[in-house]
Order: sequence, then structure tokens, then C-alpha cells
Amino acid sequence: MVGNLLLRGFIVGIVAGLLAFAWARFFAEPAVGQAISFESAQDEAKEAAAKAAGKEPEPEAPEIFSRAVQSGVGLLTGLVVIGAGIGCLFAIMFAFAGGRLGDLGPGPSSAVLAFLAFMTVYVIPALKYPANPPSVGQPDTIKYRTGLYFLMMAISIASTIGAWLLRRRLMPKFGSWNGSLMAFGAYLIVIAFFFIVLPGINEVPAAFPAVTLYNFRLASLSIQIILWGSVGVMFGYAGAAALANKDRS
Amino acid sequence: MDEGTHKSVATTTAMDVPLQIAIPVSKILPWAIFGTLLVTLAFYFVGAEQGATSIISGMGVHEWVHDARHLLGFPCH
Ligand SMILES: [Zn+2]
Repeated sequence: MVGNLLLRGFIVGIVAGLLAFAWARFFAEPAVGQAISFESAQDEAKEAAAKAAGKEPEPEAPEIFSRAVQSGVGLLTGLVVIGAGIGCLFAIMFAFAGGRLGDLGPGPSSAVLAFLAFMTVYVIPALKYPANPPSVGQPDTIKYRTGLYFLMMAISIASTIGAWLLRRRLMPKFGSWNGSLMAFGAYLIVIAFFFIVLPGINEVPAAFPAVTLYNFRLASLSIQIILWGSVGVMFGYAGAAALANKDRS
Repeated sequence: MDEGTHKSVATTTAMDVPLQIAIPVSKILPWAIFGTLLVTLAFYFVGAEQGATSIISGMGVHEWVHDARHLLGFPCH
């Protein structure tokens, strides 16, 4: 039963990854390309300056894959793998939520879950640590930045689960709406606390074009909306079908 | 017939029928652990391998998923 849901989530997630790739190809890659042009221009300027000063220019890192590969099959692989992961995560959430979400049918249940997961796994961490295009970010702080990003993601996931459990405890006493508001208020306080306490990261070079940065972050958001949105919609049908099969057998 | 009311009744499909059966948590748990492992692997390899930490040597994985890593919002370069 749950295994069957998981398999369905996996397949739905792969389809979502393919959709995200189709979108990213023409909406997101231009912004990546612009960022890389900026990077190349910076590198060339640095090299020229080094030569003018009579120093040996730093050797360039060898290119392992061409840009065409990275923005093609490479991007496809990454999005499909993440899509499959999101699909699996979603199937488990759906299994837990089934019959525990009140009067909602599988379609709306799935959509609500997708929205909550999208906010928790992407939007909240990205509000604190937004997506950055190539050439923004210093290589020597990668460990620090990755650690903080995953920490923020873990805090966000724990806060959402905590708020959910708190809501269930408050509802019998204060009613469904009041209990929900109180749990949401507590959630906001926790998130605000960590937004203030955790260190900020700003490594955007002063000369980096603001428009490219905006376009890149918009592209990142849109890809996540496609991933979570299509998983949420498709899994409503896939999950309902799995549950219907169970009734018959 | 009451002429004053125009009630539109939405068609109810299987997508709207409330899910009645809650799957017992004990049945979900083993799959939840397996599923969480898969999600973690996916996020790790696309989001962090050969960046912050490295299991496989070289930069092949990093370079291959490079654009997805940036666009999905993970820290890179
Ligand atoms: Zn990068």
C-alpha cells in the first residue's frame, strides 16, 4: 500500500522534473548565461591586470563538461533527480495525511500538502538565503554557506511539523480556527527568531547586474513552483487511484 | 418550484470524496524511513556533493548537476 504510493510519487516526481526542465531551458538558462558572461569578463579583466603587473596569470580550472552539456543533460539530470526525491517525500506526506486532513478529498489534500511543502522546503530557506547565480559567492565559503542553507531548511521543516502538532493539541480546547491561528503565530515567532539570529550572507559582487540577479531568482522560484505544483496536482490523481485499488482488493 | 433561487450544484468526483481511511502510522513508518533516505540522497547529490563535502573524488558530479544546483537554490560558486 504505502510502497505503491511511494512508487507513484517517484514516477510523478520524474514527470515533474521533465516539466521543470522544459521550462528552465527557455526561461532560466538565459539568466545563467548572463551570469557566466559576467564571470568570464571579470576573469579576463583579472588576467589582464595580472599580466600588466608582470605576474603569471592564475591557471584556469580545466573545463570538465561544456556549457551545452551543463545546460542540457546536466540540468535535466539534476531536475529529474530532485523531482523524484520530491515525489517520494510527497508520497510519504500523503500517506500520513490521508484521512487526517478533515473533509478534504485526495485532490485538494494533495494540493494543500504541496503548498505547505513548497513553502517549508524552498520558500522559507530561500527568503533567508536566496538562490545565487554563478559568479556570486566565494569558493572558500562554500562549506559555511551550504551548512547554513541546510540548517535553515532543517529548522523550517521542524517548525512546520511542530506547528502542525501544536495545532492538533490546541484545536480541541480553542476551536479549529483559533487553534490554527495560535499555532501559526507560534510558527512565525520561531521562524522570525532564526531569521534574525542566523548570520546573513551577502557575496554579490558590487558590479553584478541587478537585473540578472532578479531574473535568476525569479527563474529559481518558478522552477520550484513547477516542481511542487505539478507533483501536487498529479499526485492527487495518482494517490486517489492507489487508494481506490486498495478498496477493491 | 421556487423560482427565486438559482442553486448551482457542483459535480462531485472521486477527487472530492474525503479520504476515509487513515493508514496506520506503524505501516507508514518503514516506508517513511526508506523514502526519507531517497530524498536525502537526491538533495545531497544535487545540492552538496563535491561542493561542501565530497564522497566521490573529482568534480564530475558537481559540474554535471551544476546548473540545477544553482537554479534550485543550493549554494554553489
Ligand atoms: Zn556554481
